[in-house]
Amino acid sequence: MSIDIVNVTKRFKTFTALDNVSLRIPGGQLVALLGPSGSGKTTLLRIIAGLDWPDGGEVRFDGQDALARSVRERNVGFVFQHYALFRHMSVFENVAFGLRVRKGADKLPDAAIREKVNQLLSLVQIDWLADRYPAQLSGGQRQRVALARALAISPRILLLDEPFGALDAKVRKELRRWLRNLHEELPVTSVLVTHDQEEALELADTVVVMGKGRIEQVGSPQEVYDTPATAFVHDFIGESLSLPARVADGALYVGARRTALDTQGLGEGPARLLARPHDVDFAEPGTAPVAGRVLAVRTFGPTTRADIVLPGTNGDVVVEAAVPVGARLAVGSEVGLVPRRYRVFPAA
Amino acid sequence: MVTAAIPRPLRRPRSVIPGFGITLGLTLTWLSVIVLLPLSALFIKTSEITLERFIAIVTSTRTLHALQVSFGLSLAAACVNLVFGVIVVWALVRYDFPFRRVVDAIIDIPFALPTAVAGIALTSLYAENGWVGSLLAPLGIKVAFTELGILVALIFIGLPFVVRTVQPVLADLDAELEEASASLGASRGQTVWRVVLPSVIPALLTGFALAFARAVGEYGSVIFIAGNLPGQTEIAPLLIVIRLEEFRYADATAIATVMLLASFVLLLVINRLQRWSETRSART
Repeated sequence: MSIDIVNVTKRFKTFTALDNVSLRIPGGQLVALLGPSGSGKTTLLRIIAGLDWPDGGEVRFDGQDALARSVRERNVGFVFQHYALFRHMSVFENVAFGLRVRKGADKLPDAAIREKVNQLLSLVQIDWLADRYPAQLSGGQRQRVALARALAISPRILLLDEPFGALDAKVRKELRRWLRNLHEELPVTSVLVTHDQEEALELADTVVVMGKGRIEQVGSPQEVYDTPATAFVHDFIGESLSLPARVADGALYVGARRTALDTQGLGEGPARLLARPHDVDFAEPGTAPVAGRVLAVRTFGPTTRADIVLPGTNGDVVVEAAVPVGARLAVGSEVGLVPRRYRVFPAA
Repeated sequence: MVTAAIPRPLRRPRSVIPGFGITLGLTLTWLSVIVLLPLSALFIKTSEITLERFIAIVTSTRTLHALQVSFGLSLAAACVNLVFGVIVVWALVRYDFPFRRVVDAIIDIPFALPTAVAGIALTSLYAENGWVGSLLAPLGIKVAFTELGILVALIFIGLPFVVRTVQPVLADLDAELEEASASLGASRGQTVWRVVLPSVIPALLTGFALAFARAVGEYGSVIFIAGNLPGQTEIAPLLIVIRLEEFRYADATAIATVMLLASFVLLLVINRLQRWSETRSART
């Protein structure tokens, strides 16, 4: 089922959580809403679910107005960040809940409920926990119960709010892969909210990067990483080496130094030069466009990183650069930096 | 026979929360002086009479009726308070309305009001020529000086116990639970019945137990509104006082012992129920 979000705006008193957001999510995809806290990603998810209502705009499921329907009529599976399991019910009854509350013609006989719940529990691989209570489960197991419960109503749309946020790193990675497989097996469109870029990039077909209530970029994980559309995306996704710069008379100035770097068509004014640390080479201080002094060198595993102080027009800037294997860098020495691949954005 | 040498730790491992010995000692001493000493005096006094005499006192029609009135009406009042207490809590926690704080403060008045004042106020209200009583009289409903009057007094003094125990639990209830329920297709009624109420059951049971215990022991407000006709509207605590005034101390303590044991058993049952519902749904 496809989801269309058209010009959706949501304000909480004076805070604008969503500012005229439009997004099309094709059916069957797994989409990640990625952004820092306060970027409006959870609000957008809750509006899709029907747990919040926008101040303006439209939400459509397969072209049909969804805002006219309440949360219980939307048939959307929602997995809460802290699972929101019913503590007084066993795992089995938690999963059966969505089937038990049906009325009239939709009501299922007990045997059918039993069968469906058992099926779901084996799908999420916790059939042996059916009689336990949520308090007796580990975080990962609770997550699976929450997912099975959401899937019990056979939703065409599955919404997950920071589904792995409360889990430790190892379990998180395991569940991530498992969720991806599960999505492939089921006829659902999944929307996942996360602030963890690794999670979004690894899991999603499409990543929607959000910042301050706006959508900054929509693209495949590869696109948002390799060709960030804005400085915000560049900063937020992956590691960035950021230099304050300035465009004047057709050239790019870093600090007071005129460089031979491309302005990438940017007009006159303050700018920012952004590069991935591994896209920056070391060179002789005299020849490189940027030069600074080595402040510290850190080695962990196969990678070595160096903090380098660059003299800027408004005080010094410290950047982190990746040191190539084998290179030796002395603390206190002068070093030049040559960005191989970089992006220039107007300074905010 | 071989006795295995069980290695014993030389010293108890130090706890991060020190003071176990002194606090437990103080707790037991305090409990003994304040609670157990008077209770044991009661049992000792009761043991002065023979078993046959004890049974005769306790099974006399007047005593049995008084006990029945006390326990029956206390349970009824606690049940009424449970239902209406929950409604009051719901309104106080879930909605914002003008003078909510004032209403919230009014709940506590039965805690503080001298019970005799409450009893006299209720009596004058519900008497046949009182404000409420005069409205009910044409309908053939008599409140003051009947069992119904006792029930009204017991409801009055029990309400804050239910409200004050359930209120914080309902206020802390995670809103996500209700959202999850709604997203799974449950109606509002189903959500309240299947999700919200079961979550507050332990607190409800505590409130019920407190309201009940208070009602069983209530004396001051009831004696004004009850009319106190032996065999009809006479409550057990009043019967005890009457026996004391007749200098029949053993009779008084016998009735008190029965009340004490019955209350203890009932509270224990409620406590077990509460524990059971809590362990099932405990947080980690």
